[in-house]
Amino acid sequence: MSKPRLTREQIAARAALELPDGACVNLGWGIPNLTAAYVPHGVTVYFHSENGILGMGPRAPKGQEDFDLVDAMKVPVTLVPGASFFAQEDAHVMTRGGHLDVCILGGLQVSERGDLANWRVPGARGAGGIGGAMDIAVGAKRLIVTMEHTSKEGARKIVKVCDYPLTALECVNTIVTDLAVIDVTPQGLTLREVAPGFTPEEIQSFTEPELHYSGQVPEMFASTSKN
Amino acid sequence: MTQKSKIFPSVDAVVADIPDGASIVFGGFGGAGFPNNLIQGLARKGSKNLSVISNNCGTGEGELGILFKNRQIRHVTAAFPGPGATYFQEQFDKNEVELELVPQGILCERLRAHGAGIPAFFSPVGVGTEIAKGKEERVIGGRRCILERSIGADYAFIKAFRADQLGNLVFRKGARNFNPVMATAAKTTIVEVEEIVEVGALDPEVIVTPFIFVHRIVVAKGLRYV
Repeated sequence: MSKPRLTREQIAARAALELPDGACVNLGWGIPNLTAAYVPHGVTVYFHSENGILGMGPRAPKGQEDFDLVDAMKVPVTLVPGASFFAQEDAHVMTRGGHLDVCILGGLQVSERGDLANWRVPGARGAGGIGGAMDIAVGAKRLIVTMEHTSKEGARKIVKVCDYPLTALECVNTIVTDLAVIDVTPQGLTLREVAPGFTPEEIQSFTEPELHYSGQVPEMFASTSKN
Repeated sequence: MTQKSKIFPSVDAVVADIPDGASIVFGGFGGAGFPNNLIQGLARKGSKNLSVISNNCGTGEGELGILFKNRQIRHVTAAFPGPGATYFQEQFDKNEVELELVPQGILCERLRAHGAGIPAFFSPVGVGTEIAKGKEERVIGGRRCILERSIGADYAFIKAFRADQLGNLVFRKGARNFNPVMATAAKTTIVEVEEIVEVGALDPEVIVTPFIFVHRIVVAKGLRYV
């Protein structure tokens, strides 16, 4: 009975359309990391890694890996022309200092005001881990969160107020999910696009705060292949 | 070279005086740039009750893992303990090790501040989150900020690619990561390198860590845990 939503890859492919040509971009773990494979033809972006790389290219081919040249997920990568190496503290001068054009992070909850919770599920075992997420969320010129619109149990993840441990306050600009593209504005949440086959009313039913929209809401791009 | 030689004959010799209760910062991130030979030496030495600072808490027995397995660590300051840090997680769940979780960029900056003689600074990172608990908050330039204190250690264990005999260091690609800032934040910085070259052999334009921050050098071929 439930209609198909976008896949994780399709969320990533839609998020990739938000990247302007020439942008310096940091991608978080999970769906954000998949975005790199979907940068549109004719668009050049420079991927940043917290360990001190600006200008990461695709994953290194098998047999040509250099394990000193890895991304933040330990994956051996390559470099694009114009790439540079620097130290971790300078990588975070870039994050916190507002030098990265777009950052894409995963999310557990996003609030109506754009607060983000993305580093620990309450009650989960283990210590959790913040990594670079707080520095990135505070400093990004534009922060996009990619995530499934609801949890596996069906709970709404776009909420009035986050009750999960927070990453940063009022930091999210755009949310790209398997159901919608939503912008966080001073007036509240604006529904920009809906997944193919879904109505704005259906998206609202999966979203706790009120969504603003008027007239026909366009459908999201749903990729069928890698670029 | 008129400075006293910093070059030690072996890994065991270079860590031989690390006392129980020492504080140590460790370089490394994403499997690259960890001083794994020094860590293995410290495991053999057996110093206990250590207070350590590192981005993460090991991968199985690799990286810091062996020190947790041997129960040598009492307190750890980290940004991302990591899903592979099995020995740390086990002890954390039983309250057998203390953890201070710190945002990664703030960890860098607190180390940098210590090395630069700055006792504390205000930052917007972590405002309104668990990280802000117990910290002074102020509005500066219209932005909510919290007071972060600098953090240093008795020893820094770092990994560089190459040193000259004075201790000037160059690094390799993403293995640079935390190593240069950590070198500035300890009373005694110990570096393991792949090779040592003559003074003057490194181009001054490419030296990342000047020798003033380096106190002991040992040659050890890279150990890696992927």
